[in-house]
Amino acid sequence: MSAAFTDTARRELEAILARYPNKEAAILPALHLAQKEFGYVSDEAIVCVATLLGFTPARIEGVATFYTMYNRKPVGKYHLQICRNLSCSLLGAEHLIEHVSRKLGIRPGETTPDGKFTLSRVECLGSCGTAPVLQLNDDYHEDLNEEKIDALLDRLP
Amino acid sequence: METVLTTHFDNGQYRRVDRYVELGGYAALRQALAGPKERIVDEVKKANLRGRGGAGFPAGVKWGFLPKDLSRPRILVINADEGEPGTFKDRQIMSKGPHLLIEGIVISSFALTIHTCYIYIRGEFVREAKILEEAVSEAYAGGFLGKNILGSGFDLDVTVHRGAGAYICGEETSTINSLEGKRGWPRVKPPFPASVGAFGLPTIVNNVETIADVPWIVTHGGEKFASLGVEKNGGTRLVGISGPVNRPGIYELSAAVSLREVIYTHAGGLKDGKALKAVIPGGSSTPVLRPDEIDVTFDIESMMKIGTMAGTAGIIVIPEGSCMVRALLVLMNFYAHESCGQCTPCREGTGWLARIMRRIEEGNGRHGDIELILDVCDNMMGRTICALADAAVMPAQSFIWKFREEFDRHIHEKKCPFGNRF
Repeated sequence: MSAAFTDTARRELEAILARYPNKEAAILPALHLAQKEFGYVSDEAIVCVATLLGFTPARIEGVATFYTMYNRKPVGKYHLQICRNLSCSLLGAEHLIEHVSRKLGIRPGETTPDGKFTLSRVECLGSCGTAPVLQLNDDYHEDLNEEKIDALLDRLP
Repeated sequence: METVLTTHFDNGQYRRVDRYVELGGYAALRQALAGPKERIVDEVKKANLRGRGGAGFPAGVKWGFLPKDLSRPRILVINADEGEPGTFKDRQIMSKGPHLLIEGIVISSFALTIHTCYIYIRGEFVREAKILEEAVSEAYAGGFLGKNILGSGFDLDVTVHRGAGAYICGEETSTINSLEGKRGWPRVKPPFPASVGAFGLPTIVNNVETIADVPWIVTHGGEKFASLGVEKNGGTRLVGISGPVNRPGIYELSAAVSLREVIYTHAGGLKDGKALKAVIPGGSSTPVLRPDEIDVTFDIESMMKIGTMAGTAGIIVIPEGSCMVRALLVLMNFYAHESCGQCTPCREGTGWLARIMRRIEEGNGRHGDIELILDVCDNMMGRTICALADAAVMPAQSFIWKFREEFDRHIHEKKCPFGNRF
């Protein structure tokens, strides 16, 4: 199966390329774009980015696998990333991870069978003053406790 | 106290260019463009502005490393890859006062004859990147960026570049590699970025807060800025405090403040009246302090004198009743996860530290494990390309030196005396 960028994404990539002195520097932005287009950085997405920028797939994969935000496997519709670093841990993050894990019936790193939720433990999200913190897709949710997480999960369609 | 950065942060509209200009924004830029470039560099030197990214290198001196010859274009990279655990200050600047950063970028670029700037922002800050991009667009539309800025003939392009989740990309040569579309592997120095940096060009990498201080320095003068701090460490700092305190958050404070004042006056002390057990003063990499060590001013030199660092000024407070072994395990897991894998002492050493800490915390520690940790630390410190290995060693050694009895108890009792919880 081959994957291709939509016309909109291609135009976005053109705009990105115009900002850099070479195509190599567009690899990270192009991978972000590919993840948005295809839901995750699949092997096809890597070939697609490689073809568009003129590199080997191995060159692109070497970059994609270095960075944690590029998902090489599909993730759920809602990706819950709970910070497990020190400031969050001191304020109950471990407990919150266990709580969400129980509630969704999955362990960190897993996705619910219906594809709705993925749960991840992540390192410091840079929001320690409002710990504990989680990132739900693009958004931060701060000053968390069990009730807030329950309310958040319950209102997701 | 006089504030440099946060004066209008409570104003939700301050992130918009119109309100920023109404409140005096971009006046420093007009002033800078009208005068000689050398004056700006002189004022920054006089300001004793030390890099706010953690290492505390004098910004004016760093700028001075650029080659004199202007035949090759130069690049400014803003390090907005805020990832040091306990640190959350640059996010405040970018979301509440993005034009402070942009104005600082234009002034600094003008001073250094730079026409291209990349803001390297950590990938997780999706919303902040969006706010910055909007602010950059506004600045272009307002004539503060682009060609012939404010009719001065000076040109500058700024691009917001998102990272993708890697702590190491906050190390300046790793930032550059990542910007170039490579893995975030730190480079061997020399050559230093000021001579061979991004795209092979002379490059200055500065932290967000460092550059955001520049407009104020231009308006009020370097000496005034210096006077807000202490000798050799001018200005204010965005001090972050997290952990179980009553009022966690960011406080803009003089470097003359004491650690005790930050914790007990500004942050209102510990929650539920708990006693203090330990303080990590400047981000997770800085050596831990005991409660009897906090009556010291929170400036770079004073912290060095007591064997630690002011770092990013991100304070983490650890209360009585928390397990120091578990706390260190959390940190060691972090460094093992974030080691880029390039240098053997770091790649293997961070993993070993995490594994030994885990077995001690789980009650499987062996006699000799503590000596083993210290030995591993000796084989990591100073033996790698970048400072990540050192950053893991500093908490490991200091936790053991200062809280040794807790590690011993875990090993002797074959369990965590705190029940494996915080």
